[in-house]
Amino acid sequence: MATQQSRAAARIMIAPAVFVLLVWMLVPLCMTLYFSFADYRPMRGVFDAWIGFKNYESFITSSSFLNAVGTTLWMVIGILSITIFGGVLFALLLDQPMFGQGIVRILVIAPFFVMPTVSALVWKNMFFNVDNGLFSYLYKFLGLQPYDFLSQAPLFSIIVIVAWQWLPFATLILLTAVQSLSSEQLEAAEMDGAPGIKRFWYIILPHLSRAITVVILIQTIFLLSIFAEIFVTTNGAFGTRTLTYLVYQRVLESQNIGLGSAGGIVAVILANIVAIFLMRIVGKNLDS
Amino acid sequence: MARAISPRKKIMWTALAWGLGLLIFFPIMWTFLTSFKSEATAISDPPVWFFFDWTIENYSTVLERSNYPLALTNSIIIAVGSTILGILIAVPAAWAMAFVPGKHTKDVLLWMLSTKMLPAVGVLYPLVLLAKWLGVMDSRILLIVVLMLINLPIIVWMLYTYFREIPGEILEAARMDGASMKSEIFYVLTPMALPGIASTILLNIILAWNEAFWTILLTTVDAAPLTKFIASFSAPEGLFYAKLSAASVMAIAPILIMGWFSQKQLVRGLTFGAVK
Amino acid sequence: MGRIQLKQVKKAFGDVVVIPPLDLEIEDGEFVVFVGPSGCGKSTLLRLIAGLEDTTAGTIEIDGKDATGLPPAKRGLAMVFQSYALYPHMSVRKNIAFPMKMAGLDQAEQDKRIKAAAAALNLTDYLDRRPGQLSGGQRQRVAIGRAIVREPAAFLFDEPLSNLDAALRVGMRMEISELHKKLATTMVYVTHDQVEAMTMADKIVVLQAGVIEQVGSPLELYRAPRNKFVAGFIGSPKMNLLDGPEAAKHNVQTIGIRPEHIDISTTEGLWKGTIGVAEHLGSDTFMHIHGIPGCDPLTVRAGGEVSVKHGDTVFLTPQAEHIHKFDKQGLRIA
Repeated sequence: MATQQSRAAARIMIAPAVFVLLVWMLVPLCMTLYFSFADYRPMRGVFDAWIGFKNYESFITSSSFLNAVGTTLWMVIGILSITIFGGVLFALLLDQPMFGQGIVRILVIAPFFVMPTVSALVWKNMFFNVDNGLFSYLYKFLGLQPYDFLSQAPLFSIIVIVAWQWLPFATLILLTAVQSLSSEQLEAAEMDGAPGIKRFWYIILPHLSRAITVVILIQTIFLLSIFAEIFVTTNGAFGTRTLTYLVYQRVLESQNIGLGSAGGIVAVILANIVAIFLMRIVGKNLDS
Repeated sequence: MARAISPRKKIMWTALAWGLGLLIFFPIMWTFLTSFKSEATAISDPPVWFFFDWTIENYSTVLERSNYPLALTNSIIIAVGSTILGILIAVPAAWAMAFVPGKHTKDVLLWMLSTKMLPAVGVLYPLVLLAKWLGVMDSRILLIVVLMLINLPIIVWMLYTYFREIPGEILEAARMDGASMKSEIFYVLTPMALPGIASTILLNIILAWNEAFWTILLTTVDAAPLTKFIASFSAPEGLFYAKLSAASVMAIAPILIMGWFSQKQLVRGLTFGAVK
Repeated sequence: MGRIQLKQVKKAFGDVVVIPPLDLEIEDGEFVVFVGPSGCGKSTLLRLIAGLEDTTAGTIEIDGKDATGLPPAKRGLAMVFQSYALYPHMSVRKNIAFPMKMAGLDQAEQDKRIKAAAAALNLTDYLDRRPGQLSGGQRQRVAIGRAIVREPAAFLFDEPLSNLDAALRVGMRMEISELHKKLATTMVYVTHDQVEAMTMADKIVVLQAGVIEQVGSPLELYRAPRNKFVAGFIGSPKMNLLDGPEAAKHNVQTIGIRPEHIDISTTEGLWKGTIGVAEHLGSDTFMHIHGIPGCDPLTVRAGGEVSVKHGDTVFLTPQAEHIHKFDKQGLRIA
């Protein structure tokens, strides 16, 4: 029941959250914007407050930028493919009648709760490591030469690590969606003579499409900012430098604040484009 | 489904699901086992599965001779602290938006969501600068504030969806029963909102515990939580697999347990209610 | 106690006027039913009386005092909601005690009233259960019990039986009527079911689009509906309304005749028609007749069993003393 009085009270109650997030968004972002137009390299004692768009120019035209964008794209697409495909399969599997379904769920969900540094290091050392990792034992067991995953297929390795972590997320979301499909729809299809595969293609998959879209958008937002896994495995070397990592290096490692800030703004713009799509879907859900 | 499911099919699905499930879970299981091996056993060729001399020396080494206890304390303080701070700010906001919706409620919620999508690298340097300038670099309070800010949108959203599910008629009944605003909030609204608040707290502690960008870049030693502590194992000297495993098990165990209880909340929280 | 007067009460949501200014008097101890199709404003009107909605204009007086500006808690009324609105985290006992707790009654008095209410409503065995453990009918009774202990000036019911199955509904209907006789408190009851209205009310208020079409006792509305809307709404099956040649014979725009006031014969009668669908209930037979000019199909009710079937030719004679007449505006002509 909204009266004048309660509206005023409501505004006061929302204020702290709005204020805090506003400051969080504006202040650092404006500072980054400011630095992006400056030439600021503290390690070399250089500070020139205004050099126009030069930072943006050098950032975007540098080969590392294009490589980084490419790397980011491959990484995100790779992880999305594995998690969506695997997620749908697992969701369908977990929806089948079986014994001990609760425990299987727990097994499949677990990787998501492991902190990224632990995942990355466990995979790096205990699986991928060319001398002592389990995969190399497997190769030796099969009579093959052990494969040095991290130096010969670094991007692939990182994709595996992150996909392992996010597969549970996709599975859980898609499983929720599968279970929300009313059994009556499927029963009607069965009565109409549709075999299992056709029921999947024409009924289950379209129903899942919305959940799949949500998973893709949300995962993309989070995947664009993958950091720890790269940090503790390759440190950006061997073609694993994503856009995020590139900016991080420019800012904190080579300390070219101006260039790094310009890169940061570019990353923000690109992320916003993805965000617009997600907000539309969530916004539609608000109306329902 | 009232139809009889052939036991053969059920067993087939069970075998397939368990097989794949164990495969996915394997890395965690392997870490757990390795944590009880000696370093030599940990890298033995061929690898050993269950039958070896189980030892807890790795656990004692990590606990006694490293910064682990400090890192654990930091993780707990930062995760719980940022969650509590977030709840204090978010509960009034979500309450107001759920029960006194206005023209702009939807826009405000979507805007809050958008702040979550801000790439961290876009504000990395200013934050480092501000932290140094305020003298809070490598401090727990800095991380409590930063982690609260990045998770606030999720907290507000989750609480909002939970509050909206409280039937309005029950609150009207309280009013008809003679309850003042305070009584309505205390006797009816809060008890009904508690499960939702608890779920939100649970999910948020998990997210803050596992956060691995700011916790790595804004700390060095004093405030380094477990994420950073484990990261220091990325290029150590000598044999370390067993110790890494022990440290890892201790770092992830509490969250794994919490996570098993919060699957539904995960779906609701991380999809901002888009999938329920 | 329990006299409610609405004077020129108007309700608008923004620019949309849901209830144009209306007047209504509810006497102390009356059982008044607001009835009408979906969206006619009956629930809104009830909520205005309760204080859960503010009036846009007009006054509401309870026992002679102006209650228009008072919040719900201070109006001395009790409401039973369609979804019962029980507090899920409190036991039945605490649910029923809640209003008394809010009013600051001492524990002894609370216990006394709870005991009485529980006895009257057959809830004594369930006092320590939670709403989630009760059936629909039991929850309904708890909601009523919570209202009773307030000892209000009037009870407000918002479609309380809609969520119950048919058999339970009939039983609860009687219980509520009994309760009214026992307590003699004013009751304002909202429903879309005209059978509930007819069986329970002292006075029925028929609403359409926020406007009161007619106020009267059930039989008044049955015998002398003021317009075509009320004529068609009260009575089941609906009154047959005929335009055209048959109405012209009486020099009016429309005539109405209820299904139960038409005599049927296989040999002779005023109108001739063919049987379409015939519903045999054993206690009654409902026949839908085709071929009568001005009304197709025409519904006829006959008591007991009538052996007719689809396609038979029948002759109908409306009972002259029960023919209703309506003019071009749809208003009753005496």
